[in-house]
Amino acid sequence: MLLGTNLLMAQTEAAATTGGQADAPQVDWTGVAYYLLLFFLVCLGVAVIGKILKIYDLTLKIQGKKGMKWNTVMAVICLVFLIAGLYGAYWSFTVQGSMTLPEAASEHGVKIDEMFTVTTVLTMIVFFITQILLFTFLFNYRHSDKRRAHFLPHNNTIEKVWTIAPAIVLTVLVVFGFFTWQKIMNTTDTKGDINIDITGHQFAWELRYPGKDGVLGPKDFRMVSAANKLGVNFKKRSSFDDLQVDTMYLPVNKSIRLNIQALDVIHSVYMPHFRVQLNAVPGLPTFFKFTPTITTAQMRTQLDDPKFEYLVYCNKICGGGHYNMQKVVRVVTEAEYQAWLSRQKPYLSDALRKELHFAAADQPKTESQNRLALNN
Amino acid sequence: MSTLAVHDHGVAHHDDHGHEHHHNQSFLSKYVFSMDHKMIAKQFLITGITMAVIAMILSILFRIQLAYPDKTFPLLTTLLGRFAPNGRISADFYLSLVTIHGTIMVFFVLTAGLSGTFANLLIPLQVGARDMASPFMNMLSYWFFFLASVVMLSSFLVQKGPASGGWTIYPPLSALPKAMPGSGEGMTLWLISMVMFVASSLMGGINYVSTVLNMRTKGMDLWKMPLTIWALFLTAILGILAFPVLVAGVVLLIFDRSFGTSFYLSDIVLNGVQQPYEGGSPILFQHLFWFLGHPEVYIVIMPAMGISSEVMSVNSRKPIFGYHAMVYSLIGITVLSFIVWGHHMFVTGMNPFLGGVFMITTLIIAVPSAVKTFNWLATLWRGNIRFTPAMLFAIGMVSFFISGGLTGIFLGNAALDINLHDTYFVVAHFHLVMGSAAIFGMLAGVYHWFPKMFGKMMDEKLGYLHFWLTFIGAYLVFFPMHFMGLDGVPRRYYAFTEFVSMQRWLTVNTFITWAAIMAACAQVAFLYNFISSIFIGKKATQNPWESNTLEWTTPVEHLHGNWPGEIPTVYRWPYDYSKPGAEEDYIPQTVPFSQTMSSNLPHDFEDNPKGLEELNKFNSTLKANEQVK
Repeated sequence: MLLGTNLLMAQTEAAATTGGQADAPQVDWTGVAYYLLLFFLVCLGVAVIGKILKIYDLTLKIQGKKGMKWNTVMAVICLVFLIAGLYGAYWSFTVQGSMTLPEAASEHGVKIDEMFTVTTVLTMIVFFITQILLFTFLFNYRHSDKRRAHFLPHNNTIEKVWTIAPAIVLTVLVVFGFFTWQKIMNTTDTKGDINIDITGHQFAWELRYPGKDGVLGPKDFRMVSAANKLGVNFKKRSSFDDLQVDTMYLPVNKSIRLNIQALDVIHSVYMPHFRVQLNAVPGLPTFFKFTPTITTAQMRTQLDDPKFEYLVYCNKICGGGHYNMQKVVRVVTEAEYQAWLSRQKPYLSDALRKELHFAAADQPKTESQNRLALNN
Repeated sequence: MSTLAVHDHGVAHHDDHGHEHHHNQSFLSKYVFSMDHKMIAKQFLITGITMAVIAMILSILFRIQLAYPDKTFPLLTTLLGRFAPNGRISADFYLSLVTIHGTIMVFFVLTAGLSGTFANLLIPLQVGARDMASPFMNMLSYWFFFLASVVMLSSFLVQKGPASGGWTIYPPLSALPKAMPGSGEGMTLWLISMVMFVASSLMGGINYVSTVLNMRTKGMDLWKMPLTIWALFLTAILGILAFPVLVAGVVLLIFDRSFGTSFYLSDIVLNGVQQPYEGGSPILFQHLFWFLGHPEVYIVIMPAMGISSEVMSVNSRKPIFGYHAMVYSLIGITVLSFIVWGHHMFVTGMNPFLGGVFMITTLIIAVPSAVKTFNWLATLWRGNIRFTPAMLFAIGMVSFFISGGLTGIFLGNAALDINLHDTYFVVAHFHLVMGSAAIFGMLAGVYHWFPKMFGKMMDEKLGYLHFWLTFIGAYLVFFPMHFMGLDGVPRRYYAFTEFVSMQRWLTVNTFITWAAIMAACAQVAFLYNFISSIFIGKKATQNPWESNTLEWTTPVEHLHGNWPGEIPTVYRWPYDYSKPGAEEDYIPQTVPFSQTMSSNLPHDFEDNPKGLEELNKFNSTLKANEQVK
């Protein structure tokens, strides 16, 4: 009954629970005793090193020296940590940073990415300066018997500076962020060129496209049945030509309005490549409007990955199969979109017609009959 | 009032004239149902540590799944039985693990373990009170916490396992017992446990607030209180105001689960069956939850801030820089923390305008946080820093607070949150800022006040080992997670490798798991140090850290009523370290200014014209003497 992801999920679940592990890679885990022994050996090693240090310390004291200067040792380790940590952070930014999402494939996503860059630059300046100060202070001002700390309980001027400076920086980020957010979530211009329903349930996404009339028929959860799993209200004519699809096709550079809903628990429509995310909440229809700007084919070329697909994930914990609620999203040209659309099946299936006591199912429509105008 | 409190619990009587009577105490009344705040502090600490160890083991279990999602471990079946069939943790149990790990860490370790321990230990000792305002209620507070812990853990024994809807237990998942295995009896136990937990927090919080307000010793005005007390006091206020809202939310949830109401439910079809719920809203629960949930973040971090401030001042032998600013920033955080909860809900479908408002309030809270960070740095500047394990953990707290706090600016920005919400970026952020930072604050407190709690010293070298392995381990675990989040890897995914694009993170996940195992092993050094030091540790002196605060004026051996004679009077603030002209580099709060004339400053007598007059006289005499010479 369920489409796409459920099959995939079911396979994984089966593998995890039904004992079909014949081919699953086994780890040669010989038992707790082995690891306990290993652990105790490590502890023994640590203890031996500790004892050696203690003996060394005692030897120094016997020679009339002060013993190991642990304050100095710790201060040096702090400095080493700072240098290694800075290098580690740099390495992470360059290596792991290059593994992050490619450029945004939507209009508003570009704005989000710009803001992300500004925020990253500002915060990283603060990050590096403060961490460097922290650890160099630790090294520079390590304990010495010959010195007394500087008595400085407060300095109003300095305190004003470091209250006002972050306030100004944050004001810039707030203003920038506020207008970007308002633009993305614009509630006055709510209509998109294409109007798509996406409904989450355990554990899959269901898609519904409008038919010729460009209008999605209304839904009512009280009308849900085996054949009408979304509860589309067929008392309204606008529902008759709605289409049920398996893959989300989107024409490039057209504004898309995703009507988001859930049937059972909260799910979340997450399309990271488009910087799109909004929860799917039962009883609370929501929508997200965006314009894809890079086709799947273009992205495949950009990433040099012929198998690349945009995906929609579920990003809100929704049950055991949450981890695999994926659906393919394909951004195509307008012509490809129209061609694809003409091949889609109506939501009003024969089973549903029978259930609703409609007239016998119509003959399949020709492609030309199925061509659709752009939706509202 | 303090005398009354001691008489109330009938253990030992101390009046303010200094005579003591020791009553015989049974094992039960001394160690189990104790009403002495110091013993209750120890009970909170030991229960908190036990819960932390359990939560850590749970995290290692789910990290193994993330590191080796395609492998099976027969041993897991041996250990976990039906929860790990065929050598692999089941998807549902994986969610239970993350849920209970989060719940235990947030509530049972970082709220009760941290506040419960240090508020109980320090409030009476640092403000100069013989005990809490209500020792009996204080004892009840611990026992409600203990029972809440037992109930929470007992959910592992029910057929379908513990709650598995995440520590935020959003309905409908938590309201529909058939929604998933963890929505059944496990969720019921979770809810019962939380109600008991909140009762415990409220009893504790009311005690802390009333003790600070009513039972300070002579001279201890609010501006002479150590920052630990300010932090614990404001934390208690946060808890008192925020936790009841969670209880309200939980009670409505229980109604939805059991009595057919629809507060949080509407238009639901579960497993193809229409449910009879209409008119409710799951978002309502989120508002109620986060009205507690966000202040909770500060309930967790503020005591760590207070402890770290204290420890850093003592060990850098410097006054905490900007004491007043530190207090005002704590007050600012307390107030603002109540009007930022919506930043957890930017992508719920809440009105976008409201999202904009919450974004503004959220980013404002970064200002007092920045003030605190810079003040800590200024406290270290030109200090004479002693690297005790406590000091190292306090430094670690500051480092994590910087790293985690800065990433909060990304998540507080609604537009950026669209892409980062519920990804590993969030996991990295909060584990640094309220997981690692708060735990490090707590550990700093344990190392610093261990001599006060047990009369023994902890081993420093083991402390160093513990610190460095944990500090490096925590960074290795959480730093890479930011990048996973930036690649759009969602949190709480059982087998992320089901997505082709996420498979490249497998090596990183394996690395993170081994870093977590290393950090977990480091805790063995701590546990060994903690337990062995209680029995065979070096005996502590009365004031081993040469600290100024009042708790170090009490005898090493615990005494009901804390001070054998009169409670000392306080004359000065707690941060007179390395004062020019002073003989020692510290001057306890109990030393009158008349004994330290050569180090007194005009600033010390802002509200005391008579003192200032005496100082001026002293200085003139000194000058005259020098001229004669």
